[in-house]
Amino acid sequence: MSVLDRKLARDIFRLRGQLTAILLVVACGIASYVALRSTYRSLLASQATYYADYRFADVFASLKRAPSSVADEIAQLPGAAAVETRVVVEVTLDVPGLDEPATGRLVSIPERRRAMLNDLYLRAGRWVEPGQSDEVIASEAFAAANSLGVGDGIGAVINGRWKRLRIVGIALSPEYVYEVRGGAAIFPDNRRFGVLWMGREALAPAFDLEGAFNYLAIALAPGAGESALIERIDRRIERYGGLGAYGRDEQISHRFLSDEIAQNRVSGTIIPAIFLGVAAFLLHLVLSRIVGAERAQIAVLKAFGYGNTAIGAHYLKLALVPVMGGALLGVFAGLYLGNALTGVYTQFYRFPLLRYEAGWDLVAAAAAISLGAAALGALTAVRSAVRLPPAEAMRPESPAKFRAGWIERLGIARFIGVTPRMILRQAGRHPVKAVLSTLGLSMAVALLLVGRYFFDAVDHLVAVQFGEIQREDVVVVFNEPLGAGVRLDLQRLPGVLRVELFRSVPVRLRHEHRSRRTSILGMPPGGELRRLMDRDGRPIQMPQDGLLLTSALADLLGVGEGDSISVEVLEGRRPSRNVIVVGLVDELIGISGYMNLAALGRLLGEGETASGAFLGIDQRQSALLNSELKRLPAVGGASMREAILRGFDETIAQSLAITTITLVIFACVIAFGVVYNGARIALAERGRDLASLRVLGFTQREIAAMLLGEQALLTLAAIPLGFAVGYGVCSLIPMAVASELFRLPLVISRESYLFAFAIVAAASALSGLVVVRRLRHLDLIEVLKTRE
Amino acid sequence: MGEAERGAAVFRARGLTKIYRLGEVEVRALYEVDLDLYAGEFVVILGPSGGGKSTLLNILGGLDAPTSGEVVFRDHDLTTADDAEMTQFRREHVGFVFQFYNLIPSLTALENVALVTEISADPMDAREALRRVGLADRMDHFPSQLSGGEQQRVAIARAIAKRPDVLLCDEPTGALDYPTGKVVLEVLAHINKELGTTVAVITHNAAIAEMADRVIRMRSGRIAEILHNARRASPAELVW
Repeated sequence: MSVLDRKLARDIFRLRGQLTAILLVVACGIASYVALRSTYRSLLASQATYYADYRFADVFASLKRAPSSVADEIAQLPGAAAVETRVVVEVTLDVPGLDEPATGRLVSIPERRRAMLNDLYLRAGRWVEPGQSDEVIASEAFAAANSLGVGDGIGAVINGRWKRLRIVGIALSPEYVYEVRGGAAIFPDNRRFGVLWMGREALAPAFDLEGAFNYLAIALAPGAGESALIERIDRRIERYGGLGAYGRDEQISHRFLSDEIAQNRVSGTIIPAIFLGVAAFLLHLVLSRIVGAERAQIAVLKAFGYGNTAIGAHYLKLALVPVMGGALLGVFAGLYLGNALTGVYTQFYRFPLLRYEAGWDLVAAAAAISLGAAALGALTAVRSAVRLPPAEAMRPESPAKFRAGWIERLGIARFIGVTPRMILRQAGRHPVKAVLSTLGLSMAVALLLVGRYFFDAVDHLVAVQFGEIQREDVVVVFNEPLGAGVRLDLQRLPGVLRVELFRSVPVRLRHEHRSRRTSILGMPPGGELRRLMDRDGRPIQMPQDGLLLTSALADLLGVGEGDSISVEVLEGRRPSRNVIVVGLVDELIGISGYMNLAALGRLLGEGETASGAFLGIDQRQSALLNSELKRLPAVGGASMREAILRGFDETIAQSLAITTITLVIFACVIAFGVVYNGARIALAERGRDLASLRVLGFTQREIAAMLLGEQALLTLAAIPLGFAVGYGVCSLIPMAVASELFRLPLVISRESYLFAFAIVAAASALSGLVVVRRLRHLDLIEVLKTRE
Repeated sequence: MGEAERGAAVFRARGLTKIYRLGEVEVRALYEVDLDLYAGEFVVILGPSGGGKSTLLNILGGLDAPTSGEVVFRDHDLTTADDAEMTQFRREHVGFVFQFYNLIPSLTALENVALVTEISADPMDAREALRRVGLADRMDHFPSQLSGGEQQRVAIARAIAKRPDVLLCDEPTGALDYPTGKVVLEVLAHINKELGTTVAVITHNAAIAEMADRVIRMRSGRIAEILHNARRASPAELVW
């Protein structure tokens, strides 16, 4: 071991606190990089493998009923490589252990072969057997949420008849990696919604679809254009009640999964960049201080003939110790966290095998990035050490020059005491350092704020959706549209206090060259259970005629109030009319249109019919109502607001806890890194001043205030800045994640601001106090003697 | 001058012993020292480095505690005082002047003085303190803009501004050139005369001894001799 390395070892020991702080910041950066990047890769690779191995389709279409021969015609269309037909129906389920009715989506599978497209991965049990009409394969998410296993039974109302289904297998499908019902139900509720795969020979006859189908999955031929094929399919299935074909981008599961993966990539870039930026700054801070304090030593080394390379390498090594240590810790922590994060994803996204992949290249990239941060941070300090001419280095650093800063020149100084003035000047003497420290701390604040924002936004979204818009207790959906007389039948059910019928119609809206598949919900005027709100959150009265559009839909179609758009109804006689847009509705979930129930009836040419009803109920009788609803033949599905909210809260609470812990750790590490190092350097630079003041009769507390005042000032400045940065980032997020599925409101709660403030202030205060303990050991006698 | 004429003893030290342990070796910095300092007198403590004079000053100033023996300031027993009491003692009664001035570089001359007057019970005006050391026209200068002698005068102003009972000066001219050192000594003599503050100066510069009422020579941790000057020389007369 060379003597210089021995000095290095001792320096490392002496600076262990500061180097540890840097090490932790680097570790957070590398850990977040490795964790998020590896999760990103794992998801991407798992998605690609899954889609390929289980032949996930490219184009999907629902229709009313088409004979099987139509499938052959579609298979002949240019661009179509393979076609698989299905029977897909939604039914009410009676799940053991669940009070309220659940919705089951029954999807047909061929009994005698595997599906050509969207094949199932059988996790447990076996495939359905021909001739066994009660056998189903349950989706894993649904089975797990309801603790169902192979051999368990579920009740179902199939085409008006109550039937007991037997689970013979548990499976996954690339079509339901993220298993949600769709429409307004965009958050998973696996207890109350599940996919059940059933033999086609068993399912089709029950819905009068023998030799026919109502759902298509198509694989695109290599190089074929998706939109051209969609158009051809639409033309082909129109007469069979086609609801419009769509590609993967409108397939809910795919859309959510892809958005999540994309988001992972973005956070996997931004978060590590913040940490490594802070780490580089801290290295710069610490090394500059060391080089400044060791000028004489550098001079001696040079005088004895040590070259610039040897001296530069010496200080570079000092930078590399915390960085490489942090990188090592970060890689291991990142692999662990990545694995855990991947595990969390499996709760929401179901893959046959979510293989966690990290790869050596990722580790190498992590090492390279940290080296870059080390070089960036160490560069100026090392360069100044190298450049120091020996003779000049022998002299002590020139005394600190101070002047009144611009704040004081404004005349504020007259109103503040000497100590605050000292603190202001100290911060003002190194404005770049002060700005970077503030920036670093503000990143901690912003991280906390942005992390909490998602929960605030979803909270707000749920509060608006379920507090203001969907005020009904129960939504009942009928198998077929019924006459208005059904109101009386519903009114007679136990606990039902109020019934508001609605009619939902699948449509395609067109305006000039733009079109969108969606649905129009017809509601009676004066309804109280389902309300429409304008941009300012005020209820809108349902107009007698004309169409109301959600503003997101209006934007997509490029229309505004007063424009006329073409409405193509995709069911029944499929009328096509021009309708005037009479107003805009502000909704955060989905894109849909609204009409007066009577006006919609006129548009359809079928009088007043209802496809479902909103119910207001007496909660005390909900159990009784639930058991009735589970067995009503006309009811295809029923959902309970309370149950949805409960399930939602559980899901959110869990991920909120995980996110909060991670963010608090991240913020604390940044605050500790910045404040601890800042205070240690201040102590090193001003320890003599502070000891002199102790000799003059200042108390520990008084000099602690002088020492930490600068850090406190920077922290206080960082908080509003962090709020601003955090708000700025949050305001970009809704634009980035806005989709037809949902839009996030820009809402940050007061609690979140308070939370960010409290965490950063507390972390800074504690980091400062760690340094204050050292004030006790100030040598008061030494300062009477020599200069340092 | 007899001791009675000088008034009451401000400090009373008896049997002061200070032993430092440096690993295996014991260093006896002070051994059985008895000493009284009187109100209003100008004392020079003289001796070679390692003679124990700094240790004595540190104990009198409430910076260090003796290993044995007792030291009393008026009715405060400094031997048994804890850190908070020592701090309070320094704050209320002692003014320190350091060899290297130890001014706060981020504060102007005036502010360096004000820093101390802010925490004192009955300070003089900070400007007044600076006027007394002849720096009325340099008040808004930062330490880096002042010469060594000016900095030391700011340090003296800072020490006297709180009207201390005793001014303890550790080699106040040690870092200064000859004429500047003389100016500083004149300021000290002036303060002693005008304000009646007890002044103790430690130095190894024997020439300074001539301006003292009493000269205490220390050697190897003991008081070698105490001299009374029949006539105090003015700093202008000193030659070294």
